[in-house]
Amino acid sequence: MASILIGILFYFATLMFVVGLVYRINTYWRTPAPLLIPTTPAPTTQTGVVLRMTREVVFFESLFKANLWTWSMGWLFHASLALVLVRHLRYFTEPVWEWVALAQPFGMYAGLTMLLGLCGLWIRRLLVERIRYISTPSDHLMLVLLIGIAASGLLMSFVTHADVITVKTFFLGWMQLDIRPLPADFVLYFHLLSVAALLAIFPISKLLHAPGVFFSPSRNQADNPREKRHIAPWAAELEK
Amino acid sequence: MAEVAAPPYRLIPIIPALKPGAMEGLRPFVASDKINEAIGFPGQLVDDWHDRAIAKMGELLSKYRSLKVYMDACVHCGACSDKCHYFIGTQDPKNMPVARQDLMRSVYRRYFTLPGKLFPKLVGARDLTREVLDEWYSYFNQCSECRRCSVFCPYGIDTAEVTMAAREILDSVGYGQKYSNEIIGKVHRIGNNLGLPGPALLDTLEGLEEDVKDATGIDVRFPIDVKGAEVLLITPSADFFAEPHIDSLIGYAKVFHATGTSWTLSSMASEAGNFGMFIGNYEQLRKIALRIREVALELGVKRIVVGECGHAWRVAYSFWNTLTGLGDGADETDRFAQMLQKQLDHRYKQPMHICEFTWDMIERGALSFNREANDKHIITFHDSCNVARGSRMGDFAGGQFEIPRNIIKAVANNFVEMSPETTREQTFCCGGGGGLLTDDLIDLRVKGALPRMEVLQQVVDEHGVNFMATICAICKAQFTKIMPIYGFDRRMVGGVHQLVSNAIILGDK
Repeated sequence: MASILIGILFYFATLMFVVGLVYRINTYWRTPAPLLIPTTPAPTTQTGVVLRMTREVVFFESLFKANLWTWSMGWLFHASLALVLVRHLRYFTEPVWEWVALAQPFGMYAGLTMLLGLCGLWIRRLLVERIRYISTPSDHLMLVLLIGIAASGLLMSFVTHADVITVKTFFLGWMQLDIRPLPADFVLYFHLLSVAALLAIFPISKLLHAPGVFFSPSRNQADNPREKRHIAPWAAELEK
Repeated sequence: MAEVAAPPYRLIPIIPALKPGAMEGLRPFVASDKINEAIGFPGQLVDDWHDRAIAKMGELLSKYRSLKVYMDACVHCGACSDKCHYFIGTQDPKNMPVARQDLMRSVYRRYFTLPGKLFPKLVGARDLTREVLDEWYSYFNQCSECRRCSVFCPYGIDTAEVTMAAREILDSVGYGQKYSNEIIGKVHRIGNNLGLPGPALLDTLEGLEEDVKDATGIDVRFPIDVKGAEVLLITPSADFFAEPHIDSLIGYAKVFHATGTSWTLSSMASEAGNFGMFIGNYEQLRKIALRIREVALELGVKRIVVGECGHAWRVAYSFWNTLTGLGDGADETDRFAQMLQKQLDHRYKQPMHICEFTWDMIERGALSFNREANDKHIITFHDSCNVARGSRMGDFAGGQFEIPRNIIKAVANNFVEMSPETTREQTFCCGGGGGLLTDDLIDLRVKGALPRMEVLQQVVDEHGVNFMATICAICKAQFTKIMPIYGFDRRMVGGVHQLVSNAIILGDK
């Protein structure tokens, strides 16, 4: 019974995630950027823009300049999350891809550093007066949700040792619209429900920073206004 | 005007404690009916302001990707929270960039996002009430659109874009700011921001020719409205009569004279500044910029050079090609832009900054200097925000930092840098940019200058600096006004071309 509920919930959450994200990205894509506003000094070529964006997305370059505490905790969290996500691919692939298997031991410990990063960010949010001032309840809840996901995951890995083989059977079936039984494990239920919640709120929350950064005109535009005329369709109308 | 005191320097420049509400009461004068209506805005706050404001916001969200993405992407990480000079100087938490954006983001969430419609408290969403609108008016007129926060934001969120959108919404419901809107009216009616009519301008230029003749014995011309001149100089109108601006104008004229360049000013486009950017109104931005296109076509000039003005250079460098076709690389089919681009000489950058022009001439060996003439000065350079973070000079990223410094070093012997966290792309705004250079905001202007004054004091103490060069008319006006309040001599501020003017050897060309 719980398996069916969680299975259906995951279909629902995945649908919200995919449809919501496609809708948002499509909106960003179609909204024109009428003026060139890269924060300068900015790359003058498209290749330069790709490099700038890569540094931003992989190393959080701007945040590094801004605040080392936030950067170190934020980067630790995101890098760990990436490893953890890679590790989780093993529950959705049979046979497990080689590079996923390779990442497995790192992914296990990345769960710990992920939790560490999240706690660091939350402590900052609670203790630094300025950050507390700008925080909304949802900012705190988002961290609580992620901490819950990380902690329950770690608990299953290191303490309660969830029956991962059955979990994998469940997800392999789930992907083919065939809901098979999940182990009766409350930590697992909590973990999965939290992940479903995260997926569902992704496209309607600040988690949109993930696709948003790629569409940020101050970061994704080349600095070449004198060399090439840039004009948005609605602005070109004014010339007619 | 009430006596304004400078805030004390911070002993250690740490992040200040919050003083909620510190600047709540501060708001610039509201524009009158006459001022608003002259530039096409409702005269007074309209009755249905709420619905109109929300509709305008929706329109802007669909026209500007920047606004749309910036409203969604912020995670409240706080990277920007200690980066604004107005926050540092006032300690008002609503002057933190993120909090300033949130004044609008909270409304965006309420009317344009699902969680904000369903659970406003949870996500910090608010109805657009009259109190919120007043708060917008107050705090979006405490942002100088300097973009320092956008340097540090992991998503590049630029509060300037949010401020511009907010001011555009306020203008659309008849709640505009007097200073900016009055100036925009003047630029259309008279030709420049200062309201200097053509005959007065001619008089001033003739007087300048006499002054330079008296000082140097050489006939340096200040030509105006000359058809067929090679270079059209577009410069901020403050250069025509304000101190110390005028000394840089003399510098430009001497450079043109010494290099034998045929040049002209224009009485119709006697203003480089474009306050259309400050109020975020594309139509005004475009209309003001189009004056330069018209004059360029009418006079048949081959090159456009822009004088020392920060936001004007951002508009010229980044936006003129878009707004008026003044630049290069328009499509063959783009008749509007081609009309002008065919006339211009593309061996040169179009438009070109006066510093690019002068540095180019120095590199070619076309200018010579008596650097000792500047020996009385120990010079530092204040990067102006719009030049630093919204434009470029030369052929490489960061040329806007190197070229003015190169010129200073070519014309003077004593140059020192201020602290690197406050120069180049991390420079602090002077405190008077973005349409805030008005006496009704003097308290804010003095406080906003604090971080710059602190590091200036450092180089004054350590190196005996007695001259801060800058290439922005607003910086010059702001510093001249507020530096005495911090105990500095107002004559410490001047233009880069003022230094050029001191040292240039004119010969008999």
